[in-house]
Amino acid sequence: MSLLLIALLPFLCIPLPLLAVHYGRTACAWVTALGPAIALALLLGSAPTVFGGETVTVAWSWLPVLGLELAFVLDGYSLLFAALILGIGLLIILYARYYLSESDPMGRFYAMLLAFMGAMLGIVLSNNLILMVIFWELTSISSFLLIGYWRHLAEARQGARMALTITGAGGLCLLAGVLLLGEIVGSYELTTVLDSGELIRAHPLYELTLVLILLGAFTKSAQVPFHFWLPHAMAAPTPVSAYLHSATMVKAGVFLLARLFPALAGSDLWFFLVSGVGLATLVFGAYGALFKDDLKGLLAYSTISHLGLITLLFGLGTPAGAVAGVFHIINHATFKASLFMSAGIIDHEAGTRDIRRLGGLRHKMPHTMWLATIAAASMAGVPLLNGFISKEMFFAEVVVESERLGAAGWLLPAVATLGGLLSAAYSIRFVHDVFFGDSRESLPKEPHEPPRYMRVPVEVLIGICVAVGVAPALVIGPVLDVAMAGVLRGEVPYYSLALWHGFKLPLFMSVIALGGGLLLYLWRDRAEALHERVFPAITGKGTFEAVLAGAVALSRGITRAFDNGSVQRNLAWLLTAAIVLGGYGLWTGGYSVGDAHQTPAPWAAFGIWAMLLAAMTALVVLHRNRLIALILVGVAGLLSAVTFIYISAPDLALTQLSVEVVSVILLLMALRLLPEHTPRESSAGRRLRDGALAVLGGGGVAAAAYAVMTQPFTTISDYHLVNSVPGGGGSNVVNVILVDFRGFDTFGEITVLGIAAACVFALLAQGASATESAHRESNHPLMLLVGSRVMLPMMVAVALYIFLRGHNLPGGGFIAGLVATVALVTQYMASGIHWSERRFTGSYFPVIGWGLLIAGATGVVSWLFGAPFLTSAYTYVDWPVLGHFEIASAMAFDLGVFLTVVGAVVLMLANLGKQPAHGDKEESSWSS
Amino acid sequence: MTHLPVLPILIPALAGFALLLLQRASLPLQRGVSLIAAVLGLVVAVWAVTSAVETGPLVYELGSWPAPFGIVLVLDQLSALMVLLTAILSVTALTAASLRGDAAGRVFHALFQFQLMGIQGAFLTGDIFNLFVFFEILLIASYGLLLHGQGAPRMRAGIKYVVVNLTGSALFLVAVALLYGATGTLNMADIALALENLDPADRGLVQASALLFLVVFGTKAALLPVMFWLPDAYSAAPAPVASLFAIMTKIGVYAILRVYTLCFAPLGDDAGAFIAPWLLGAALLTLAVGMIGVLASRRLRQLVAYMTIASVGTMLIPVAMFTQQGVAAALYYLVHSTLTVAALFLLAEPISRGRHGSDDHLEPGPALASGNTLGLWFMALAVAAAGVPPLSGFLGKAMILRESAGHDMAAWIWAVILVTSLLAVVSFSRAGSVLFWKVDQNTAPGARVTGSELAPVATLGGLIVALTVFAAPVQDYTRSTAAALIAPQSYIDAVVDYGVEGRADAIHQSETPTGH
Repeated sequence: MSLLLIALLPFLCIPLPLLAVHYGRTACAWVTALGPAIALALLLGSAPTVFGGETVTVAWSWLPVLGLELAFVLDGYSLLFAALILGIGLLIILYARYYLSESDPMGRFYAMLLAFMGAMLGIVLSNNLILMVIFWELTSISSFLLIGYWRHLAEARQGARMALTITGAGGLCLLAGVLLLGEIVGSYELTTVLDSGELIRAHPLYELTLVLILLGAFTKSAQVPFHFWLPHAMAAPTPVSAYLHSATMVKAGVFLLARLFPALAGSDLWFFLVSGVGLATLVFGAYGALFKDDLKGLLAYSTISHLGLITLLFGLGTPAGAVAGVFHIINHATFKASLFMSAGIIDHEAGTRDIRRLGGLRHKMPHTMWLATIAAASMAGVPLLNGFISKEMFFAEVVVESERLGAAGWLLPAVATLGGLLSAAYSIRFVHDVFFGDSRESLPKEPHEPPRYMRVPVEVLIGICVAVGVAPALVIGPVLDVAMAGVLRGEVPYYSLALWHGFKLPLFMSVIALGGGLLLYLWRDRAEALHERVFPAITGKGTFEAVLAGAVALSRGITRAFDNGSVQRNLAWLLTAAIVLGGYGLWTGGYSVGDAHQTPAPWAAFGIWAMLLAAMTALVVLHRNRLIALILVGVAGLLSAVTFIYISAPDLALTQLSVEVVSVILLLMALRLLPEHTPRESSAGRRLRDGALAVLGGGGVAAAAYAVMTQPFTTISDYHLVNSVPGGGGSNVVNVILVDFRGFDTFGEITVLGIAAACVFALLAQGASATESAHRESNHPLMLLVGSRVMLPMMVAVALYIFLRGHNLPGGGFIAGLVATVALVTQYMASGIHWSERRFTGSYFPVIGWGLLIAGATGVVSWLFGAPFLTSAYTYVDWPVLGHFEIASAMAFDLGVFLTVVGAVVLMLANLGKQPAHGDKEESSWSS
Repeated sequence: MTHLPVLPILIPALAGFALLLLQRASLPLQRGVSLIAAVLGLVVAVWAVTSAVETGPLVYELGSWPAPFGIVLVLDQLSALMVLLTAILSVTALTAASLRGDAAGRVFHALFQFQLMGIQGAFLTGDIFNLFVFFEILLIASYGLLLHGQGAPRMRAGIKYVVVNLTGSALFLVAVALLYGATGTLNMADIALALENLDPADRGLVQASALLFLVVFGTKAALLPVMFWLPDAYSAAPAPVASLFAIMTKIGVYAILRVYTLCFAPLGDDAGAFIAPWLLGAALLTLAVGMIGVLASRRLRQLVAYMTIASVGTMLIPVAMFTQQGVAAALYYLVHSTLTVAALFLLAEPISRGRHGSDDHLEPGPALASGNTLGLWFMALAVAAAGVPPLSGFLGKAMILRESAGHDMAAWIWAVILVTSLLAVVSFSRAGSVLFWKVDQNTAPGARVTGSELAPVATLGGLIVALTVFAAPVQDYTRSTAAALIAPQSYIDAVVDYGVEGRADAIHQSETPTGH
């Protein structure tokens, strides 16, 4: 339980600094330190158990399907790392209290630092691989925020994005690798995976898995060629650089190498990949550090180099190599964090961290000089400091393993020595150029020693460096033992932490490195000139930015190619997809024409078809004149109506006819708002494309329709025919289908009509008013005017008649509504907008609303009888005079349909009529 | 008799009708009616989910006409889940609209309710033609909402939106006609039964219909190559509307799931086998091109719109596997991405409002007055959307990766998902750093964003966190949902029961009258 608390405490404490910052900066720092301090205490409390050889695990189920558990493990190795994270974290909190200036938002800084600390603890304590990936990516995100802390600096923003991109990409690879690993092993539990090394290495997916996981580790630990994000991450405040980018986060990669060592290491691929990359990084980083003028830049490259060294050690694949690797992780964390903090102090007190501007600070900052010098000496591998011991172990391992390379065996020790040499050179440069030589006058600030407590964290770390360096077996021996037991899961090989190993090859390598380093420093000017001549200025950052800019440009090109904003292009894609897919389905499934009974076509049918073809051909030719185009579309509709009459479908014919009339009128009114002609927009190529799509699409639909109509088939409509009278109480099956069998469809469709009216209103209502001038009023033809007045009551009567008889004979609410509308439209047409507006006052929404409500209420009423929505009932009543009469609930529904249709169409009409016409607003093409 | 299946449709319908009557009433009254209806809808939706779990598919025969002769609504776990998701979005979107933005037009609330009616109906209907009707309702209502408040960009985007989608509707009719021509029935369960004894002469027609439906539903879901109506429309729409639109693409996904696991299952050996290769290809390409669009975006809303497309591609990849685990993972991701996209659209509004003239253009602009709060929300939602740990997007993606490991195309699937995830990270970090970090310090920041304004975003954010923490119970639900989809017999049995005589005889005997 306390293990869970250790892992989660930093997260739980995130709000604390945000609240405490209002009580002062020191209070903020203290409160921030509270959580990590408790966690460290809990951790040390568990330490005796771990030193006793036990492994503490806790687990809660999270998402079993994924194999994800909230599982943590505390063994020697995770104990060591957790202690490093919390311990150095506490020192960093103290240091940052003095490093951050008054204007920096301290609460935010500490909150993000705690988030990072929690994520990092999560990585090292996770006992579930997917959980580990979660924390892994959380470190990337919190690192992004911390690097971008000084958000106004361009380099901070770029550095943050670059770090996130590279480590995020690695994290995705890691996720893939971990998922594969889980597939191989059948479990995502770390301890299980670690015990399955044999199985994993023998699996066909081993190589892929290994490469993916290594990509995760290499990007995080800034290995070549992914190293370039790390120097740019130095735009972060120095406490962040010290903590994330030297002591902890960049160690996550090498942590993982060691953690998965029993599962993945031991193959040739591991050896060549890991040690190869490590070796290249070791030399490249050290070389880069030599020529950096920025203190933090120098330290960043030095970090890359040392991470390479550690990687190389794990890459050797031997237990002894792993021991040296883990040992160097500890040592590097201590001396590099103190160096970063020293660099921060120099920057803080002298106002610059440019080596070329600094010098002679030993007089002004003697205390800091000592601290920095000891740390740098450790980095260079000077005896009696911890860096020396792990470097000796490194050289020894390299010498032993060089045999594996056969004839090229000398290469490994030689390159390792070169790395050590470069390391010594830049360490000397760091100390000498800053603290010795002449004092500079032109520093931005007058340098002086930092506040007392700003030095404390450095002093603590330097103390550890020296203690480990002088008495390694005593100070760090037991810790290393128990950590290695965790890493290697069992026997820890013999290793010696002695200072003196006798006059052997590693000692000579050390001597060459130190001596050569000094010489190289002395000849540094010449080396730099050579460097500038040999290496052109290709930077990782430049390449990265160029690739990114290229990707954005490419993506914009691709997006534009698909969608240039043209409706036609969108439609072309849609129709092409339909033709290809529909055609494929028809083609592969087989197209066959059936032999159902076919009615012979009389001459009249040919006449209709001929007219239809003529109208459509004319439409294609004349479509740019909108009015003619509209009339021709109307012709198609009318001919459809005629066809319906011919095949004895009076309901369909009536509906088609009235819909056609009303929609043509509405479209005519809409035309008023547009120019008379559509502009010519299509190129010849595009017309060809559109023509081809039209022919293929139309032909395909026709062919399919023909097949459908000639195939014999049984349908559910037989049921409708039989049940119309007994079940629905009406002999007009079409109407019964509309209001009863499928009344719910009708309910939906009249809602569509209401919505359409609301849309027209929403689109046109604002700011519209009748703009026609008064003299237009007199312009209406008298005959039409008188005729329409006479027709009005007759047409309404017809509408009523059609409505009432609808349940048994052709008609119904929908058609009746349209007929009534036509009657009203005629008044509009004959008398003009002003006349009509005076009479049709008010809103039409209530008509629609009541219509829909009546239809809906008819449906709901059936609930009272325990029946589902829209269940109909009918009865026969004897009325005086009128006689035997049928009352069907469906008629109430039909009334709703009627009202909705009338309301919706009139509303559209009224709103369209109010619009000022296109152009000079004089002509209203439909009323003149 | 329970009327539960019809309630999610009727509540917004009746509210919409009432709001038409109240069209000239005061805005607070309209808001009140609208909000009450939405909350009622949410209550009913929760009831629907519990009922679907406890009692299995609930069939509602409208007009008391037995299936397949009338129209039925079917409330099963899948439709209940979608209904609940819609109800949640409706409440948050409506709250956001009531706080800001619904005053721009006088029919906003009516249209909003009609939109809900259309969406819920599409999820609940068990009839393929009735599905068309609800597609019409939601299309026309969404068009009205899109134009709400007007402005030239909205008109332009609206034209593209409505023309493409109306063409899609026409194709829907063609597809239904072909299917009806071959099977003589419109009830979806009954179609499945009819296709089990398909006349070989009709196979071509049915296949053509099945593939045309993919185009139709693909258009709704915004699949490549029929997805480009979406970015302009969604980025031009008012924030609450765009937020509700987050569910619209999922209607296409839902329809694909429903139709290919139910109706067209008999076309292949396994559920969906016939359509799977097409769907997988389209899904992969949609994800890839969608995420390329995210990277290409110049505006925040555009970015979120393309993110919507990419997420549809992501969730259709496991759908195309038509396995229980795959579909379950897809449904989990569906819930996640809908909530995330909806929240991002809502969040884009205060961001662009706070940036004065710079609006939501991804270029340096004035500092936001509430930059820290907005930035924090943006980051959290970006993390969720990009599928980066620790939020539900990561869990969903990881499940999809895991379930696809054994697939023939696993290498492609993994590569596309992982690379697009990286593109998402790059795009969101670019956008975030420009919007919140790269600010012009010299211009005065705009008004602060109040806590209540962010309440809808916070609600959705809280749900995303809950979806992450309680991933296991949600996954249990989606898994049993997926099981019922892959083996739809219980659904079919619940809808149509021909007894021992079999379908052909039963349809034949239907010619004798049965009163009711």
